Amino acid sequence: MTTTTSMFPQTPGSGSPTDTVEPGGLGEIHLVQLYPRDMNIYGDWGNTLTLKRRLEKRGYGVKLTDYNPGDSFPADGDILVGGGGQDSGQFRVMEDLQSIKPVLMQLVDDGAPMLAICGLYQLFGHEFRTIGGQTLPGVGIFDLTTVGGEQRLIGNIVTESEKFGTIIGYENHSGLTKLGAGQQPLARVVAGAGNDGQDGTEGAVTKEVIGSYLHGSLLPKNPALADHLIATAVRRRYSHYHLEPLNDTLATKAREVAQSRPR
Amino acid sequence: MSRPLVRLLGQGVRAATKMRGGGSAFPGLVMEKLHPGFVAEQLARLPHGVVVVSGTNGKTTTTKMAVQLLESQGLKVFTNRTGSNFVRGVAASLLEEISLTGRFDADIAVLELDEAHAVHFVRQVKPRFALLLNVMRDQLDRFGEIDTTRQMLAQVAAATTEAVILNREDPRIASLAQDVQPDTRVLWYGLSEQLRPMFPSDDDMRAADGPAAPTPEGAPQPEPVVELAHFEATDVDFLVHGQPAQAKVHLYGVYNVYNAAGALALALTVTDDGRAVKAAGAGVESLLDELSRVTPAFGRGETITVGETPLQLLLVKNPAGFRLSLASAKPEAYATMIAINDEYADGRDVSWLWDVEFDSLRAGGVDLVTGTRAWDMALRLDYDQVPIQEVEPDLTESLHKFITAADGRPMRVFCTYTAMLSLRRALRAVADVPEI
Ligand SMILES: [Zn+2]
Repeated sequence: MTTTTSMFPQTPGSGSPTDTVEPGGLGEIHLVQLYPRDMNIYGDWGNTLTLKRRLEKRGYGVKLTDYNPGDSFPADGDILVGGGGQDSGQFRVMEDLQSIKPVLMQLVDDGAPMLAICGLYQLFGHEFRTIGGQTLPGVGIFDLTTVGGEQRLIGNIVTESEKFGTIIGYENHSGLTKLGAGQQPLARVVAGAGNDGQDGTEGAVTKEVIGSYLHGSLLPKNPALADHLIATAVRRRYSHYHLEPLNDTLATKAREVAQSRPR
Repeated sequence: MSRPLVRLLGQGVRAATKMRGGGSAFPGLVMEKLHPGFVAEQLARLPHGVVVVSGTNGKTTTTKMAVQLLESQGLKVFTNRTGSNFVRGVAASLLEEISLTGRFDADIAVLELDEAHAVHFVRQVKPRFALLLNVMRDQLDRFGEIDTTRQMLAQVAAATTEAVILNREDPRIASLAQDVQPDTRVLWYGLSEQLRPMFPSDDDMRAADGPAAPTPEGAPQPEPVVELAHFEATDVDFLVHGQPAQAKVHLYGVYNVYNAAGALALALTVTDDGRAVKAAGAGVESLLDELSRVTPAFGRGETITVGETPLQLLLVKNPAGFRLSLASAKPEAYATMIAINDEYADGRDVSWLWDVEFDSLRAGGVDLVTGTRAWDMALRLDYDQVPIQEVEPDLTESLHKFITAADGRPMRVFCTYTAMLSLRRALRAVADVPEI
């Protein structure tokens, strides 16, 4: 039996937290992986796995759906996650995104939490102009545009976010992203390159949609971010929520090390 | 400076570096500066030309197999043995080979080349044969994208004059057939349908059971020179030009067994063309015989005996390799240590660990997690619910704890490149460790 202070106010009657919650006893959360076939190459599975396990540990069942181009879109998704890919994959995904745009935008407006990394982050903006001169239209969830750069921005990165504290990870992108005037960044760069390597911003946040260049290890090493997505989803689905704090000692150690490593 | 003088100078530098125990590429660097065409000139003299082996996984062991197979057919083979697979490394190996009188006594060169350096190399030297293995996520942080790696290998394929041997089951390698010059033959090695699921390509590599990536439509499977039909432990069944052929392969890991099919296809192709075979009795039988005599290259499943207990060192550098290493033995039978460093040579990015499934370690657990990124590795294992006995970032400290904890159980250590170098050094205190 653990006594816990919830990050969030508890709904009366939701019971006191125990560490022996019946698996799935608190209800089901529907996790949707966007385009895992084309956009999964940088350890993005780590984000999905982190959400899945952290939900399960809190007593929620998890339904996991892969959404690939041409599938019927699961409009009842509670959390949507998607990652980075090769240029070839990005083209297929771009075409499919246009076809699901109306449903997707509805989910965004409705406050559904989403995490878009790298390639998908770029396509969540207005457009991506490749270095070859091609223009891939995005869906415009974020007010930003991306231009292909000559050099990849690669390395360990540390950023600071008002909402989520220090965010630590690894960036690997050649696209340079410029935020529009009103676009809120996810964080400010402390060490590393960030969106365009110049303006000191990293990622973007609109409503409950988070975009970032920090790869696969983003959520495992940044549990605060993972729990925010989870809390948002649970609140939206069940209108009440309670998240038991988890033991994040390993994540804390991994964060300390990552912060100290050369770029 | 006259040419022979330049060469002697290079050899002098080589001797000097060797005495200091210095890096093997340095004399090559000097040579390259003094005489840029040196490597091309020397290799152009080889009667049977140059073979390039490239790809992201298994180059070193495959090159070793190819060299032994060709030597068994009576060929004198020059290779870049030291493992410095750069143009400079080739120059350094050349200097060592060439006697002081300037004679380069070899029939053929078989060179292991890194994808990026292969591109530079083929600008200077046109290979007669190329064996291209695979394109897997490796060193992504250096080359950026696997499609970029494919482009590099396309240049190797396009520069090859006689025959290009391709892995039929790797979609990026298979697509290189279209980059080969019209006069150059395209040959294949492949897997039986039964074995294909054991070797997932990067496109369908993911922990969740998603649908496999679609195969290119309409393309009929080309007939391979060598097909890996079936294997169990060290007993391997090939189909050579469609005919069954058995061999023993004493190499660790399923990937090495598959690469043996590639090396065999290469040796058959080189010796088939009639000009290369010197020895009597050349042919499939003697090649299969020789294959059984190949031992693992450094770090590719090398076993070191500590006291009386075997300790196996397994190099891991990408999801496919790690996954296959994990699958190649029952984990519960071993004490397990995982050593993850993030030095430049390892790759600074450790996110690829999230694309490896560690479920198979759950039953037996992991004894020690070590290396600069020990905590990242521990975090990864924790999310796969694998029990961990101890996390100790210091490699030497860990090694001693591990040997004690193993308590007579055979040991397996999965390690990144620089972690392996450190562990081999630390092992010298307690075991006989061969020089690299
Ligand atoms: Zn990326």
